[in-house]
Amino acid sequence: MTSPDYRLTQLETLEAESVHVIREVAAELERPVLLFSGGKDSIVMLELARKAFAPARIPFPVMHVDTGLNFPEVLEFRDKRVAELGVQLVVASVPDAIAAGTVKEEPNGSRNRIQTPVLLDAVEEHGFTALFGGARRDEDKARAKERVFSFRDEFGQWDPKNQRPELWDLYNGRIHLGESIRVFPLSNWTELDIWQYIARERIAIPPLYLAQEREVVERQGMLYAVNEFIRPRDGEQVVRETVRYRTVGDANLTAAVRSHATTVEEVIAEIAVTRMTERGATRGDDKVSDAAMEDRKKEGYF
Amino acid sequence: MAVSPGAAQPGIHPAEEAVVDVHSPVAEHVVELATARKDILRIATAGSVDDGKSTLIGRLLYDSKAVFEDQYEAVARASKGDFVDLALLTDGLRAEREQGITIDVAYRYFSTPRRTFILADTPGHVQYTRNMVTGASTADLAIVLVDARKGLLEQSRRHAFLASLLRVPHLVVAVNKMDLVGWSEETFERISDEFSAFAAKLQVPDLTVVPISALHGDNVVTHSPNTPWYEGPTLLHHLEHVHVAGDRNLTDPRFPVQYVIRPQSDEFHDYRGYAGTVGSGVLRVGDEVQVLPSGLTTTISGIDGPRGPVDEAFAPMSVTMRLADDLDVSRGDLICRPGNAPQVTQDLDALVCWMADEPLRPRQRLAVKHTTRSVRAVVKELSYRLDVNTLHRDLEAGELGLNDIGRVRLRTTQPLFVDDYLRNRVTGRFILVDEATNATVGAGMLTPAG
Ligand SMILES: Nc1nc2c(ncn2[C@@H]2O[C@H](COP(=O)(O)OP(=O)(O)OP(=O)(O)O)[C@@H](O)[C@H]2O)c(=O)[nH]1
Ligand SMILES: [Mg+2]
Repeated sequence: MTSPDYRLTQLETLEAESVHVIREVAAELERPVLLFSGGKDSIVMLELARKAFAPARIPFPVMHVDTGLNFPEVLEFRDKRVAELGVQLVVASVPDAIAAGTVKEEPNGSRNRIQTPVLLDAVEEHGFTALFGGARRDEDKARAKERVFSFRDEFGQWDPKNQRPELWDLYNGRIHLGESIRVFPLSNWTELDIWQYIARERIAIPPLYLAQEREVVERQGMLYAVNEFIRPRDGEQVVRETVRYRTVGDANLTAAVRSHATTVEEVIAEIAVTRMTERGATRGDDKVSDAAMEDRKKEGYF
Repeated sequence: MAVSPGAAQPGIHPAEEAVVDVHSPVAEHVVELATARKDILRIATAGSVDDGKSTLIGRLLYDSKAVFEDQYEAVARASKGDFVDLALLTDGLRAEREQGITIDVAYRYFSTPRRTFILADTPGHVQYTRNMVTGASTADLAIVLVDARKGLLEQSRRHAFLASLLRVPHLVVAVNKMDLVGWSEETFERISDEFSAFAAKLQVPDLTVVPISALHGDNVVTHSPNTPWYEGPTLLHHLEHVHVAGDRNLTDPRFPVQYVIRPQSDEFHDYRGYAGTVGSGVLRVGDEVQVLPSGLTTTISGIDGPRGPVDEAFAPMSVTMRLADDLDVSRGDLICRPGNAPQVTQDLDALVCWMADEPLRPRQRLAVKHTTRSVRAVVKELSYRLDVNTLHRDLEAGELGLNDIGRVRLRTTQPLFVDDYLRNRVTGRFILVDEATNATVGAGMLTPAG
């Protein structure tokens, strides 16, 4: 398991760091909650929370912000996992909030934006002071800037220009009434780390992540599986393709990718190979010369 | 928050992503490289404004092929000058892009077949020094960039000093923008000598100096034809090979108790475990241990790791200790070995890096977080303030202002279990928190009294 020189591997290091963060929150903040969407990152986060307190139960509830646009497989997975762990599930429902008139449906049908007020209302109602999120710093530029303990004012706002210094692993979880901390135990994990950990620990994931033959339509170059929320439009052809999902978001918006990966190991292989070939194909294998950059400039980048 | 719906990963055109044969020999090789067992090296960049820190990180990411094509294109479009501004790969905040400076640390990730790297790109501007300290506090290695045209600036010295204060075990000085000084060996040697003279006054265990051009990539990943006189390693080669196994303290077992685990279920009725992260040293099942502050001794009857029971635990493993005797142990207590205990004290002598606009003054009250223990403290004395340029001690200083470093004596309400930071980074450090605003206002590193 561990090498004789007392060093941890990459995954063991990340795991230890995440477990430390999760325990620290449980020890220092009054009412934590873990956001659980049934997606791969939150599944790994929940597994790390389980490990952090085993053999005791996870000492805080999990919350799902339910947009009402879920893949049924994901909801099924969520309920099964929550039952296995014996944790309390809090559902913050977007459809309920729409019905109650607290939020309005957006014209484009996306509930991405309106889930935020629903989340904040649930946080206030339950008095949650710390929210575990499964975001990773490798996901995007703004995330790359965020602290592990990310302070939020009483409106849930993040002030990226004025973050608390975060030294070593001495996290500052002190807040005033109404304020909260968003905690990101997976900050230093990459997508490949997540998949490798799922493989190594044999963590169950919803079947959507593995390739399966599905009825799909092609829309603006993307493949959408026909489901409750996606119906073929006029002129669209329904074809059978072997596809899997890279993320499981709202079923009306999430596209699938062509794939033959029916095991987690094969998913890892596809991700690793695709990254390499994609770069290789578009920018030459070995070294990037100034000429390549110059050529790009000539092609009209600025 | 949850994964945003429909969000494709950068650079991947969803419908085409995975149409590859993952069982081909080439693919198997790629997978092997990507999934090989590696260790992690944490790096922080440092140096004065505009010395090229963000550009260097962009260069490392780009040349090691950690940047996706569409990220690169987005950066190319956003670049204002007549070249692609690689700094924009890490300067992700709107204000940063508008002002062309880094304000807060950005973390980036890349790996080579040998290692995985976590890069903290820290700001050079003096106003954001606390963010530099944030990035450097967890680093195994710091790269201090120096603009070859300007030589050592106050900020280069400050950052090198902070890195040494934080005991970042490895320091690299990258003399950057060599293209703008005609690749002059003489310039390189002058800066190198000047830095070595300064470093002699600091505690820098391991120093390497490399001449580079972050913008053009010279000596970053491949040896530059422009510096035939330079025979040392390229920057990446050094990062891949620097020996870090000896950096940790494996001799003094320190286990701050973080959380008490009591399942209270039928199956685990009598289970009582003390969860925490091993700060230093190695602890084994059967070891006789002492618990502070009670001073009582017992033996370790079991250690539960993330995958079940293990025989031993070392830093930085997160584990749960079971003890043979039913002692009263709670969060903030510390498990060590009898005969090798940290100092139990209410008097802290420390070098403090102050991070708030409101100055630190004698008689001020603050909250202290040290390992898993939180206590209150009063500033008894400000012994001196350090001039980061000359390292001169100003004994007359009445306060520490924003970004000042000074030696402070604190008296705490409860005892802490401490070691000198030099000997033990985990039990030798603490943070200071303003009790009114809850802001983190200082970082402390314990030094021997006197
Ligand atoms: N000619 C030349 N220019 C460089 C080199 N490295 C960086 N620059 C330029 O120097 C300027 C500042 O670079 P940055 O990477 O933003 O500097 P920084 O150190 O990150 O600055 P702060 O984060 O704000 O402290 C940019 O215009 C870069 O293109 C180099 O090796 N040669
Ligand atoms: Mg910068």
